[in-house]
Amino acid sequence: MNNVFVYCEIDKFTVEEVSFELLTKGRKLANELGVQLEAIAAGSGITGKVEKDILSYGVDKLHVFDAPGLYPYTSKPHTSILVNLFKQEQPQICLMGATVIGRDLGPRVSSSLTSGLTADCTALEIGDYDDKKTGKHYEGLLYQIRPAFGGNIVATIVNPDNRPQMATVRSGVMKAEKVAEYYNGEIVYEDVAKFVPETDYVVRVIERHVEKAANNLKGAPIIVAGGYGVGSKEGFDLLRKLADELHGEVGASRAAVDAGFCEHDLQIGQTGVTVRPKVYIACGISGAIQHVAGMKESGIVISINTDPDAPINQLADYVITGSVEEVVPKMIKYYKENSK
Amino acid sequence: MSLKIVVLAKQVPDTRNVGKDAMTPEGTVNRAALPAIFNPEDLNALEQALRLKDQHPGSTVTILTMGPPRATDVIREGLYRGADGGVLLTDRAFAGADTLATSYALSQAIKKIGMPDLVIGGRQAIDGDTAQVGPQVAQKLDLNQVTYVTAIEQVKDGKVTALRTIDGGIERVEAPLPLLVTVNGNAAPCRPRNAKLVMKYKRASAPMERPADKPLPYAGEYEKKPYLTVTQWSVADVDGDLAQCGLAGSPTKVKAVQNIVFKAKESKRLTGSDADVEGLVKELLESHTIG
Repeated sequence: MNNVFVYCEIDKFTVEEVSFELLTKGRKLANELGVQLEAIAAGSGITGKVEKDILSYGVDKLHVFDAPGLYPYTSKPHTSILVNLFKQEQPQICLMGATVIGRDLGPRVSSSLTSGLTADCTALEIGDYDDKKTGKHYEGLLYQIRPAFGGNIVATIVNPDNRPQMATVRSGVMKAEKVAEYYNGEIVYEDVAKFVPETDYVVRVIERHVEKAANNLKGAPIIVAGGYGVGSKEGFDLLRKLADELHGEVGASRAAVDAGFCEHDLQIGQTGVTVRPKVYIACGISGAIQHVAGMKESGIVISINTDPDAPINQLADYVITGSVEEVVPKMIKYYKENSK
Repeated sequence: MSLKIVVLAKQVPDTRNVGKDAMTPEGTVNRAALPAIFNPEDLNALEQALRLKDQHPGSTVTILTMGPPRATDVIREGLYRGADGGVLLTDRAFAGADTLATSYALSQAIKKIGMPDLVIGGRQAIDGDTAQVGPQVAQKLDLNQVTYVTAIEQVKDGKVTALRTIDGGIERVEAPLPLLVTVNGNAAPCRPRNAKLVMKYKRASAPMERPADKPLPYAGEYEKKPYLTVTQWSVADVDGDLAQCGLAGSPTKVKAVQNIVFKAKESKRLTGSDADVEGLVKELLESHTIG
């Protein structure tokens, strides 16, 4: 009872990386609270395929729901699983990915249980809270920390009275770390029919087309990112050349995407991908907070900007004051000359 | 078949164009410095509703919004583009609502409108970016839901076919009516205002927008043209339980709000000269940072 729960997202037979990141965080929160970590896996034909991976992140109890109709994901059956399981188990915390699935499922579950849900958290901590109006003191609440208002402020949200305290977290924000290759957790194969009424299977997925992401921004050790200052599509071709030389990936700020210089899936920031590369080369990026939210944990930041006072320069290790079209070809040239 | 459609729309501060004066020195948001706009994805939602109305003659599109009286702007904008009517849900009791309390209020209003075939809203509002209100309204009304929709392709034999944008791809789903749909920003943009409709509805207003002390010079129009009066409901009108509304009905509380302050790093300043760039590249290669 009152444990920490993580909803694991499963694409066919593979557990999504974001779920491992959440299990890692969930393990830490459970340790701090002195409770157990439990996980939920729901899909079709997943038995024997996901348990070991999930347990290895330090899961004390895994609830497996395996039935036809649970994959591909649709809202109602997965909602019923969580709602009915939570009524029985009374978790204090529930975490899920801020993915299309998590953000479809989370609100539906929270509404059903009248519990609070905070979307897109960037940090989760345990702490106390004093309600100034009622004078009530709460201990060991989940601080749900997230950027708000277009990324211009950071808000800490708490759910003092309602349980579970629910939060979604974007993929790439937390780090995944295994506890042990073979962690000795309990596995419960639940009777799906007891949780999901037949009437829940009403939405039919006719067709599904998922491609592996065209880029590997999330895992890239080196990112060459372009902003509005890159100026054009051709300017991005130049960044691509540098990225290819460095075996890195190309990213972009929202301004560059909105201007049509590059594809939407390259967007780094609060609305986009969160990255933590070893080297981040910001080309013509001013550094709006919403962009910085997605790259601030990068190792070394190099900023190339004509404006010596661009906000991003404040978090850069190297600031090159100059234009992208001037500096980037030189970087390519000197890299070629010196790297052999 | 004709469809009864409710579009959920929100008036939001334009957080995409935040200027220097958007934050007060105390670190709070200066809402006055940000223009109030029709939440962008709600406009995409409105377009999907209007397309269905075009395809299914006799259908009605009603805009539902919750907010202060000036949020009626959103309803007027909807009328200019082809909606049939609107409801403004306004009451101090709704203030401070989180997503759960908001979805409660909206679902009460939808019950009072009368259960529609379709509820369509934007995926999320740009002032909160939560994407929670849609699914929560669906749950409260026990409707099926399809989120992240790029296009409602057809409604036929009581079933909706829609194309969704999912992580890394697309998905085509079929769901029975009644249904709640949330629409993505990558859906078709909303059609522009129609000049005739602007003429027709430019004086449309909610009663609370009209000055109480002295009647407007064109007040007589409101008697002759009932469509110029936007329906306005309070918490009592929608039979709202006060314990579930506004701050009281919100399980989430804001503990603290911080302005984002960059921790300035000590950075090395370089120029774009050949010597500087070559020096940097060499330094990074030597430290095995690159290469």
